[in-house]
Amino acid sequence: MRQVDIAIVGGGPAGLAAAVAAVTAGTPDVLILERDNKLGGILNQCIHNGFGLHTFQEELTGPEYAARFIDMAKELQIPYELDTMVLSIASGEEGRKVLTLMNRRDGLFYVEAKAVILAMGCRERPRGALNIPGYRPAGIYCAGTAQRYVNMEGRMPGREVVILGSGDIGLIMARRMTLEGAKVKVVAELMPYSGGLKRNIVQCLDDYGIPLKLSHTVVDIDGKDRVRGVTLAQVDENLKPVSGTEEYISCDTLLLSCGLIPENELSTGLGVALNRVTGGPFVNESLETNVSGVFACGNVLHVHDLVDYVSEEAKKAGEKAAAYVQKSGGQAASQDMTNMSKIAAEVSVTAKDGVRYTVPSTIRPGCMDDAQIIRFRVGQVYRNAHVSVYFDDKRVMKLKKPVLAPGEMEQVKIKKADILAQEGLSTITIKIEA
Amino acid sequence: MTDVIIIGAGVSGAAIARELSRYERKVLVLDKESDVCEGTSKANSGIVHAGHDAVPGTLKARLNVEGNRMMETLSRELDFPFKRNGSLVVSFEEEGRKGLSELLERGRKNGVEGLCIVGPDKIKELEPDISGDVKAALYAPTGGIVCPFGLTIALAENACENGVEFKLDTTVEKIEKLPVSGDESGKGGFLYRVCTDKGCFEAPVVINAAGVYADVLHNMVSEKKLHITARRGEYCLLDRAVGNLVSHTIFQLPTKMGKGILVTPTVHGNLLLGPTAEDIEDREATCTTGEGMAKVLEKAAKSLKALPVKSVITSFAGLRAHEDGGDFVIEEAKDAPGFIDVAGIESPGLTCAPAIGVYVAQLLQGIRPAALKKDFKAVRKGIPSMSLATDEEKQRLIKENPAYANVICRCEQVTEGEILAAIHRPLGAVTLDGIKRRTRAGMGRCQAGFCAPKTVEILARELSVDMDRITKSGKESGFLTGYNKGYAESREAFVSMGKREEAQA
Repeated sequence: MRQVDIAIVGGGPAGLAAAVAAVTAGTPDVLILERDNKLGGILNQCIHNGFGLHTFQEELTGPEYAARFIDMAKELQIPYELDTMVLSIASGEEGRKVLTLMNRRDGLFYVEAKAVILAMGCRERPRGALNIPGYRPAGIYCAGTAQRYVNMEGRMPGREVVILGSGDIGLIMARRMTLEGAKVKVVAELMPYSGGLKRNIVQCLDDYGIPLKLSHTVVDIDGKDRVRGVTLAQVDENLKPVSGTEEYISCDTLLLSCGLIPENELSTGLGVALNRVTGGPFVNESLETNVSGVFACGNVLHVHDLVDYVSEEAKKAGEKAAAYVQKSGGQAASQDMTNMSKIAAEVSVTAKDGVRYTVPSTIRPGCMDDAQIIRFRVGQVYRNAHVSVYFDDKRVMKLKKPVLAPGEMEQVKIKKADILAQEGLSTITIKIEA
Repeated sequence: MTDVIIIGAGVSGAAIARELSRYERKVLVLDKESDVCEGTSKANSGIVHAGHDAVPGTLKARLNVEGNRMMETLSRELDFPFKRNGSLVVSFEEEGRKGLSELLERGRKNGVEGLCIVGPDKIKELEPDISGDVKAALYAPTGGIVCPFGLTIALAENACENGVEFKLDTTVEKIEKLPVSGDESGKGGFLYRVCTDKGCFEAPVVINAAGVYADVLHNMVSEKKLHITARRGEYCLLDRAVGNLVSHTIFQLPTKMGKGILVTPTVHGNLLLGPTAEDIEDREATCTTGEGMAKVLEKAAKSLKALPVKSVITSFAGLRAHEDGGDFVIEEAKDAPGFIDVAGIESPGLTCAPAIGVYVAQLLQGIRPAALKKDFKAVRKGIPSMSLATDEEKQRLIKENPAYANVICRCEQVTEGEILAAIHRPLGAVTLDGIKRRTRAGMGRCQAGFCAPKTVEILARELSVDMDRITKSGKESGFLTGYNKGYAESREAFVSMGKREEAQA
């Protein structure tokens, strides 16, 4: 059986950045496992620009952004397997993990790893999961599937388009399909606010005169063979369609951009506990899951808005996995608790009052870096509100925010020194306050 | 010349075709859809009923019990998924015991074995996650579940291998009853001319297994009219992650408040809820409705402690063919000798199908006897499933064809090898839905988001057509509507760029 220090499941932006970081941190024996025929993941079909402003201080397309990391990985001679599917991950001896894999060249084979980094990304929520009534004709696509057709195959999935959901992929595809000659009639959004980035609404809808109907949904799909039209209706504050507001819109295509779901089937098979809010694993400050030696980063952990944050997060996962391998050789990490007798071994991080979740959900002060970034999303749009951080009952931070929106990921930075100064600290709470 | 024309390639038509293929008869099956199993047979509960529902003495009652008994052997012979998981009819009221006793009595008269009424303790032992409101239940250990596509496709493939001809995408428009030897009275028998959009076919025997359209066809040749109502049933299918919430099929005892909604595991490990029952005019209206889905979820929730409504991965609707008389109509039309109706095949039609096949074959032996074939092949091997295979089996299949190592559908872990097998078989798949029903590619939680483009590509390659010719389910259900702007001009550039990339790699 092939042995490696770190197996990285997924060769997209998260897997690549994690691999580069792990090798740079002194653990060269990593292996990237990618199911597609090239590295780069979903970035390969994201040919629009806007990537890399934080990471490289310049505006790149998705493939360009991916290429930067692929070049780094190749520079470091990081091994990878393409067209290779990880079928399962199981616990092996002495804390090691055994991955079962399959590809055309090697057939079914196994890899044993001291640590695993989960970087499988996410999938789109399909029509079936949205309970949209009507027929089931051809012409209903998740926006990302349509993006693949247009950008990778040069094919048009339709000519007259209605888009349900204002997630970023939907907005990007509204523009893309328009540029390729399709008529995008409307983008309907169930919520009273968009799920996408503000800049995408401006650049992809407003600039092309595509209407965005908030608080609207599709209540019927017409067409037995191919979509012939959809019926839109307004929804009330309980998100239920309002009778009498129905409007039939003829179209041959319905694109869905109604949320992304982390792909954690491999994780759950290994016993990794998932957060029901994010659909991703619970992790500690090191992005390590409840299964020792198994780390997670990128969209498999929680869905990000910008790839730059994925890279940043994945870098940390790579470094921490390297440290885990170097320190313990596969054994559970031990905390450095010198001079910390009055500090809890584990502090929980919780989301409250408008904050939907936090990553991480626990911090071990003995294992944390000098500063810890806590990422989260809010559940609705807030204007001129504050993000507050509480150490138990004591507010230690209150940051003014002109706008907070569910479509944009937020973060706060907590200093290790502050945690150590708070005797008996058990819970850090992030909440929204007026 | 053709001896028998079967109209309809659903489970009844396929089962009859397979039984008739045991004999020296030339059989032709016509269907208006691009694949077998495209009507009622593809959208139902997938239940092998024990047989306690039908009124004793009816065809439904007899064929249900016979079909149930045949299913296990048939599943081994034809290699399709079947499981005898047992069923419970639950009552939420103490008074329900009376209704359960009636079902028990009916079942015994029908010849159902092992029926008994169980109380809350036994129910909880059988189903720990069942609702605490359940007071009593009828337990039927012979109840089962089957893959409706697996069953239908297996029957059709086996019939095909035994010489039955299938003409799909062929819509019957008219049937003419022609007296043989010019005798208008029909004493010399009739020849039927079945005219379709693809030409006319003639045979002395027509078997009408046309589902919700069986009355339309029957009424073309007979003055004794049939009337079929399309009864729509809506369903919700849940993720495999919650598929083991129940192990038995849970029916609700019908009350004056309505018929109840079943909760059942499927043979593939999903959880299925449904159906509603709504009589509709339009016999093509296989659409779901907001009200229907809400009713399914609301009523199904009664049976369980907690229904994981968020785990719904898709919903669908099917139409049952209800004949006014209430029973199956399987007989030679009185005024049309040689025209055999197989009409009104609503629930428990799927269970009955194997028995219907035998019943019709015997009926035909009485009318126009034929000799048994010597070389009938009763056994059919299905498409191997990589996700169910042991590691050793996987190795063997990959050795046979490395395409078995190329996973196309991530959610259900279906490989290119399985998709190729589905295409290159008797009655192979030509549509995306055809691939889905034969291999499960696209049936998982992402509902083909990732694999559809790849499957379309494989279908186009294997069928030697362009990708924009590939459809979801035939006719006008194409996926693609041409190329990007200027794609044709830049195509050369695309291709040479691809080659350059390959050369670099």
